[in-house]
Amino acid sequence: MLNSPAIAVDRLTVIRGKNTVIPDLTVSVPSGSVTGLLGPSGCGKTTLIRAIAGIQIIRSGTVTVLGGPAGTPAARARVGYVMQSDSVYPDLTVLQNLRYFAVLSGSDDAAMFQAIDDVGLSDKTDALVADLSGGQRTRVSLAAALLADPDVYLLDEPTVGLDPVLRRDLWQLFARLASQGKTLLVSSHVMDEAGRCDRVLLMREGRIIADATPDELRRDTGEDDLERAFLVLAEGKGAS
Amino acid sequence: MTRTLATSRRVLQQLSHDPRSVAMIVVLPSLLLWMFKYVFDGSPAVFNRVGPQMLGIFPFIVMFLVTSVTMVRERTSGTLERLLTTPLRRGELILGYGLAFGTAALVQSLVTSTVAIWLLDMDVNTPWAIVLFAVTDAVLGTALGLLMSAFAVTEFQAVQFMPLVVIPQLLLCGLLVPRDSMPEVLRRLSDVLPLSYAADAFTELGSTSNFTSTLSKDLVILIGCCVLALAGASLTLRRRTP
Repeated sequence: MLNSPAIAVDRLTVIRGKNTVIPDLTVSVPSGSVTGLLGPSGCGKTTLIRAIAGIQIIRSGTVTVLGGPAGTPAARARVGYVMQSDSVYPDLTVLQNLRYFAVLSGSDDAAMFQAIDDVGLSDKTDALVADLSGGQRTRVSLAAALLADPDVYLLDEPTVGLDPVLRRDLWQLFARLASQGKTLLVSSHVMDEAGRCDRVLLMREGRIIADATPDELRRDTGEDDLERAFLVLAEGKGAS
Repeated sequence: MTRTLATSRRVLQQLSHDPRSVAMIVVLPSLLLWMFKYVFDGSPAVFNRVGPQMLGIFPFIVMFLVTSVTMVRERTSGTLERLLTTPLRRGELILGYGLAFGTAALVQSLVTSTVAIWLLDMDVNTPWAIVLFAVTDAVLGTALGLLMSAFAVTEFQAVQFMPLVVIPQLLLCGLLVPRDSMPEVLRRLSDVLPLSYAADAFTELGSTSNFTSTLSKDLVILIGCCVLALAGASLTLRRRTP
């Protein structure tokens, strides 16, 4: 594993309206691994991911991706961001959507069909995205990031609403990407997904309350179940 | 350039999955013109005076509406945000839109002009110049639609920009009364509204068979307005949002 982190967030503060969504957050994500960003809905996961993608207005602090500032053309070419909502075109077919994203990232047909295969949609290429199920739409959105073959993946709740078999397949895909040296930051509000990550960031009210491997979390809290471990950490540190 | 063309192709593909909208873009202006002609059946002079103006105004209105709604949809669905995290540049996106709806406008004005001139016997001398100005007006509508979409949060609001942006221009462009006979304030206001120059051009086209210097001037002003609106639209695309 490389020493320099793929993502380094230093003293990040984000204020939206009158709310301080993220107060003074410092965290880093090691390259070549799957890092889970876990926490309840509304804790600032999406805001943090948007800051790393370079599309969030920040009050102060720095966000460094692959050695350079977030959001620059150089960073955008190497970062794949999959939003929580299926940000693909419902009135286009799967293939039409992915061809468009392939041109934008300069990818070829082979990469595109590989991505379609990776998300298990090979039999749906000519279907209109609007006619797909929610889970299938999520996978089209994921494929649009995969085909660009980025070095850093920012995946905001990519497994929500998927059936268990598909979820397992996707986590296997994430692990495979990480073994190829890619860096994945995957958010989820489902604690049992923490166990599938190399490293877990627990987030609550805009703060990182734990940054550890799943095993360390279990050991430090004395809880076998990660949901309970989260409760121990949240109650221990949330009051301060 | 490839990303601009890919964006145009994507927008046109989206349109092609919506046959009802395609039908309305292509056929509706012809139907309205046909209706207009027979409303003024008793006084054909009215059709010959106002008809050519309509050839320029329909594409402007239709493309303004179609573009602003499409762009608001892009903004609200999250696809715009996603596009801004890819290597796509803002100018490429805006030009791609302009090109796509410009193409749709070309088809629309070819059909409408053909119907007007050969089926409804509209009396014009230079059909190609009519099409040229109709397409320019359509691109102007697209450009203003892209710009105004920045100020609409919902598609509902975008539709309501139509009366705000289009109707004052219709009232002041010289279609109803010559601009010279308007009160000073309104005439000056009409001087800075682009549709005035479109109406001016179509009036000129109705009376001359040459491409006069007035027409060249109008065309340059209209293209300038398109460029300004497109540049403004690309500035409204903020990569970082709260």
